[in-house]
Amino acid sequence: MGYQSQLMITLSHYLVLAALLFSISVAGIFLNRKNVIVLLMCIELMLLSVNINFVAFSFFLQDLAGQVFVFFILTVAAAEAAIGLAILVLLFRNRGTINVQDLDAMKG
Amino acid sequence: MTFDLILFYIFGAILLGAALAMISVRNPVHAALFLVLAFFAAAAIWLLAEAEFLAIVLVLVYVGAVMVLFLFVVMMLDINLARLREGFAELLPAGLVVAAAMATVLTLVITRFIVMDVPERAGADYANTEALGAILYTEYVYPFEIAAVILLVAIIAAIALTMRRRPDTKYIDPARQIRVRRQDRVRLVSMPSSPEVSEKDRSE
Repeated sequence: MGYQSQLMITLSHYLVLAALLFSISVAGIFLNRKNVIVLLMCIELMLLSVNINFVAFSFFLQDLAGQVFVFFILTVAAAEAAIGLAILVLLFRNRGTINVQDLDAMKG
Repeated sequence: MTFDLILFYIFGAILLGAALAMISVRNPVHAALFLVLAFFAAAAIWLLAEAEFLAIVLVLVYVGAVMVLFLFVVMMLDINLARLREGFAELLPAGLVVAAAMATVLTLVITRFIVMDVPERAGADYANTEALGAILYTEYVYPFEIAAVILLVAIIAAIALTMRRRPDTKYIDPARQIRVRRQDRVRLVSMPSSPEVSEKDRSE
């Protein structure tokens, strides 16, 4: 296994890449926590890293169910982005800002 | 190192670089464009894992539709960038610590405990799209239909949320048009004719 892992793309390569991508998007949520648009983009990046995991496991287990799962995740993520951006447009139209700090009407 | 692995490292580096650039650039338009680059690199990595159909779908659906929607919204909203960047510097250490801790833990777990044999590459006669379609329309046909309903709900929700009636636009209400009767539009007035005026006009 050690010899093989030097030469070929192993499962760990994909999983580590996805883990790094997920960590970067978590850091992005920390850094850009005022800008709702960039927060939504970071969520898209998180979904992408999860999808990389699914695709990698689908290949290494030789099972297409993982790719079907990615297909449905892409569908739901597209719906989520459409509704999220619609809410964002509505928010900007009513409040004139997308700063998270200004959205404190519910005093949560 | 095989050619596969070199390609993997190249596209992985592009993916991580684009993600880092996305979370750190000042302008949301640039962030969206870096996210597009990240999606392209991820599509290349999916191609290396023999998920050809999903790689194409990622480019078509994500880059073609979702990211254009993002860019459209970013450009439509007139946002104050300076205010949104407040607190970036003081949050930077916390974000870096959390991200580094997460990356370390995940990497340790993955490299220690999850080991699988590398399967043989599929031959040139293997069609990923065909194989995916064969199970998507048989075994997963009900989830597939639910996905269609989810997309329909998303369309209706997005339209219903953003639609607004402006009072100053001139639009036609067909129901009111049909409901109208003769009495609402035409008023017959009986007036006496005035010959004096008309004769004076004629003399002039």
